[in-house]
Amino acid sequence: MISHRKLDFRTLHFGGEEGKLIPALQKVQETDGYISRERILEIHRQSGVPLSQIYGVATFYAQFRFHPVGKNIVRVCHGTACHVSGAKGITEALEEELGVANGETTPDRQFTLDTVSCLGCCSLAPVIMINNDTYGNLLPKQIKKIVKGYREAAGGVVQP
Amino acid sequence: MEVKLLTRNFDRPESWTLDAYEKAGGYRAWKTAFALEPEALIQLVKDSGLRGRGGAGFPTGLKWSFVPKESSSPKYLCVNADESEPGTFKDRYLLEKDPHAVIEGILICCWAVGIHHAYIYVRGEFGLPLFRLRDAVREAYAKGYLGHDVDGHGFDLEVTVHRGGGAYICGEETGLIESLEGKKGQPRIKPPFPAVKGAFGGPTVVNNVETITTLPWIVEHGAAEYRKFGTEKSPGTKLFSVSGHVVRPGVYEIPLGLPCKELVYDLCGGISGGRTMKANIPGGSSVPVLTGAEAEAVNLDYESLAAAGTMLGSGGMIVLDDETCMVWTLAVLEKFYAHESCGQCTPCREGTGWLRDLVYRLEAGGGKSCDLETILSITRNMMGTTICVLADAAAMPAASFVQKFRGEFEAHVGAGHCPMRRRPAHFLTAAH
Ligand SMILES: Cc1cc2nc3c(=O)[nH]c(=O)nc-3n(C[C@H](O)[C@H](O)[C@H](O)COP(=O)(O)O)c2cc1C
Ligand code: SF4
Ligand code: FES
Repeated sequence: MISHRKLDFRTLHFGGEEGKLIPALQKVQETDGYISRERILEIHRQSGVPLSQIYGVATFYAQFRFHPVGKNIVRVCHGTACHVSGAKGITEALEEELGVANGETTPDRQFTLDTVSCLGCCSLAPVIMINNDTYGNLLPKQIKKIVKGYREAAGGVVQP
Repeated sequence: MEVKLLTRNFDRPESWTLDAYEKAGGYRAWKTAFALEPEALIQLVKDSGLRGRGGAGFPTGLKWSFVPKESSSPKYLCVNADESEPGTFKDRYLLEKDPHAVIEGILICCWAVGIHHAYIYVRGEFGLPLFRLRDAVREAYAKGYLGHDVDGHGFDLEVTVHRGGGAYICGEETGLIESLEGKKGQPRIKPPFPAVKGAFGGPTVVNNVETITTLPWIVEHGAAEYRKFGTEKSPGTKLFSVSGHVVRPGVYEIPLGLPCKELVYDLCGGISGGRTMKANIPGGSSVPVLTGAEAEAVNLDYESLAAAGTMLGSGGMIVLDDETCMVWTLAVLEKFYAHESCGQCTPCREGTGWLRDLVYRLEAGGGKSCDLETILSITRNMMGTTICVLADAAAMPAASFVQKFRGEFEAHVGAGHCPMRRRPAHFLTAAH
């Protein structure tokens, strides 16, 4: 569900001193969890930034999503260090625990699973991030317990 | 042996707070700096021999001196905290553990170059480092170290923390600037260099977090003291982030010129499980790979690594043991570059895709014997032909992997499976 929180994009000057388009998209994603067509139209109407440019920028960055996502975003690192330390086993354990594949969201909208490249904490490899929390030095058998923590804390916060 | 100049505060309790930083003697160096004329300060940084820690190793003082003193448009500093090179995780620690040292470094750089607005471009995926940095900036504003009329010198300095959108190419300095301006992070053709025309059309200094964080120490202790560490041409210390198959992976601050052996076997405790080092990628995933034997013989400074045919890069060292399949490792790397190419230049957009596909096929045991030559020929056509050096960053590992571990690549040709791992590749089925 899109929240109907009102956002103000009128002061957005594309390419201007502030370069606010990306922060505006980040704001949308923080508010709604993803970027809907309606929101893009809203940005366009209020700011006058051409649609093609908004879409161009939004699709350039890996961070932006165009579909509703789960309450919790699970990111499995597939960077070099994590790969050589067993990221594949971790991914399989997550897929099994959540019952979804990479890029999918569980039917109860609790979890979205994503593989990403290096999360920048390779000394902890293999690493996953759930929302803004990092878990490292993982073994596949630990996954169940970690996920359980988030299931129980249903109502977790959506993070960009 | 470790030398703790940049990491001196890491073990203090709550080292990221203003209080802890000041108790440890922080926020004194910039007062020394402000007492100097800007030219004298630039000279001091030149004398220290400090070189950029973001990858290219360009002398920092020299870079600053390219910025015109008088400029009709505002000048900017962009602190590059986009750290996304696979294997590199040193800036993350600086932001997490000592964000005030970053801010003090910013004050010093801005005074030297006459800049009144600094941006810190932080990698989008960073959580804790971003929160700590934002808090630190807030604290510094509240204390009057940032903002209007810093320390009564009539010097204004705004600092803006910008959260990136998640794209490796935004670590490239002109990609970063484009992104900061609210556009796709596609690198610009140089010249003009950012020092002349950068962010919002103004002269811009782009420096890595580690470079900036080194400044307070240099100002406080002087150039000669700094030069006591490291080698003649590579003075000072450098953070290495070591990952892969070592007993104690992590961030280590070492004097430049330290034998690689000491870092891997003494500080990091050697190769895990008592195995041996098959290969070593010393400077982040973009640099040419070294064999274990080459790595054991090399010293960690800009010149020695160049002489060994590789680069110091960002200091993100990935150690691979004798059970690692090099074809598979290269496939992981090339998948990354193919995904991160911004697509402006044909050799890069097409080359990275072809490298990925060829290495995937080899990894799956379905390659042909001519594939190795094709890979080498593609890498030759990618290097030096593009707007930025991402194409080189993808080509150099491919070329060096194939040249140095050719036997392993040949063993995959027509094998039907990976001979190292004795089972069909999972790559072709893994999502990408
Ligand atoms: C593809 C690519 C990615 C880069 N990523 C980073 C990065 O994440 N962080 C960084 O500091 N420099 C990165 N650089 C290097 C920057 O372009 C630039 O040289 C550096 O930030 C300059 O700062 P320094 O002189 O302090 O090293 C990258 C370069 C390229 C070509
Ligand atoms: S070399 Fe690649 S990443 Fe760099 S500008 Fe060209 S296409 Fe973009
Ligand atoms: S490779 Fe996984 S965090 Fe760097």
